[in-house]
Amino acid sequence: MDRLLFLLATGLARGAIFALFALALVLIWRAARVVNFAQGAMAVVATYVAFAVTGLTGSYWIGLASALVAGGLMGFIVERGVMRFATHASPLSGVIIAIGVVMVLQSALGIAFGPNARPMEAPFPETPIVIGGVPVLSPYDLFVLIVAIGLMGILALLFTRTSLGLQLRASAFAPEVSRLLGVRVARMVTAGWVLASAVGALAALLLVPTELGLNPHSADMLFVSAFTVAVVGGLDSPPGALIGGLAVGVLISLVTGYLGATVAPIAVLVLLVGVLLVRPGGLFAAAEARTA
Amino acid sequence: MSTQPQPQSQSQSEPRSRSGAEAAAQVTPAAAQLTPPAAVRGPHRAGAELHLDGLTAGYGGAPVLRGVDVRVPAGSIVALLGANGAGKTTLLRTVSGLMPAASGRIVFDGEDLAGVSVENRARAGLAQVPEGRSVVAELTVDENLRLGGLQRFRGRRLTTAVDGIYDLFEPLARRRRAAGHQLSGGERQMLALGRAIIAEPRVLLLDEPSLGLAPRVVAQIMAVLRTLRDERGLTVLLAEQNVTSALAIADHGVVLNLGEVVADRPARDLRTDSALRHAYLGF
Repeated sequence: MDRLLFLLATGLARGAIFALFALALVLIWRAARVVNFAQGAMAVVATYVAFAVTGLTGSYWIGLASALVAGGLMGFIVERGVMRFATHASPLSGVIIAIGVVMVLQSALGIAFGPNARPMEAPFPETPIVIGGVPVLSPYDLFVLIVAIGLMGILALLFTRTSLGLQLRASAFAPEVSRLLGVRVARMVTAGWVLASAVGALAALLLVPTELGLNPHSADMLFVSAFTVAVVGGLDSPPGALIGGLAVGVLISLVTGYLGATVAPIAVLVLLVGVLLVRPGGLFAAAEARTA
Repeated sequence: MSTQPQPQSQSQSEPRSRSGAEAAAQVTPAAAQLTPPAAVRGPHRAGAELHLDGLTAGYGGAPVLRGVDVRVPAGSIVALLGANGAGKTTLLRTVSGLMPAASGRIVFDGEDLAGVSVENRARAGLAQVPEGRSVVAELTVDENLRLGGLQRFRGRRLTTAVDGIYDLFEPLARRRRAAGHQLSGGERQMLALGRAIIAEPRVLLLDEPSLGLAPRVVAQIMAVLRTLRDERGLTVLLAEQNVTSALAIADHGVVLNLGEVVADRPARDLRTDSALRHAYLGF
């Protein structure tokens, strides 16, 4: 029972990271109708930037800020430099281009930093706080939960309460009508990529200290998990990303705790295949067949 | 008739009050009940002239429009008539920039629009209500209206402008939190029109606003267009298959057939020319 509580709590913290990363996938899907398969690699580049900046300045927080900036910049460069030229004739073209971006980025990181994992320090202790003899949650996990939920709250306010958010949503749902109303849709698509890439970078930065260390493939499993989350939640649904993220986090935590860490990725893939078979639009999406 | 000073009168060769009275006599009482609300009074951008000069456009292959000349004087309503496939939608989409012009000029307020993006045409005051009511289904009524107004107003002025549209279309005020997909056809058309006029356009392009609507709603929409012309001096290019309703409020009518202008006359002449109606307008 004690163990269950601990697994649930750490699962929620891990799930909050999946939720953030999945939210980034959802944001780009809504803005550009592309599943950004390059998001993991882009986020790892930003995490390397944070790693370098923290190494130079000695401050985790300046590193965190630089990850956000670097992530946003990656989004801008990838959208303006490459993705903009993808034809929409086939939904696959964007995916293939994204996979090309992954190869370029991971090779560049490998050349620059080598394949070895570099340990990354967390800003707070990672040993669980013990309450009444029961280990519950580490201070770092608590930090992750607060940051993830806080950021989601800010994004929710941005999208529902601001003019920018209204234009972002309108451009995603009805680009032609939005242009007729004077909305600069191309800029909104870029803004969606910048925003999403910064969120994805933050998710990777939060995850890496809990893993073995930073290497060019640090976000590969994060991408698979978050992609599963986005599919489970429905690629069009931010609340689906949140709930799906927490659910997948808890699932992985429970499977790891009771069946072993090697089974966890299999559980994620079984969930992905199961949802795709039963509700291909996602659990939270309106019943509509997916075309991409 | 109007208490406001009329905008530039070069366009008003035709007596406004007469055509207005005629139209009022033809439409249903819904139009008569419609008093001009606060939204239509007060200072506004005056309508601008729109001028198409030898416009040719189409979807690759054979052009849909072939050398079309249309002049829409500032502060007037021009009805664009013709059967399905005559090129009405293509003409409007080319003017708003959604389709490229192969040749010819589109002149808006004295300025050639060649090379001006769709967004910048809209920002300059060229508004289009596309076919099929084009409400953003995922956004609420309120959000659709704010979206229409926010290139021109921000903050409290935007809220005031949205309230002005609710004054104009009372059914919308009761549904401001409803999502676009929950609205009836009439409500959608009112929302699409309200969203287009909230930013005080200088030229309004409408593509078949009466399509599939009850006669009472059509009358209400036509009455709003007439009010906007009379009170604000708005310029309107109105593509319609509902010839009677369109000519009831229009100053001028242009008949398209297979992408060419076959008639370009004062609306009252078209209303009475039965030979032309039989030939091109099907009644």
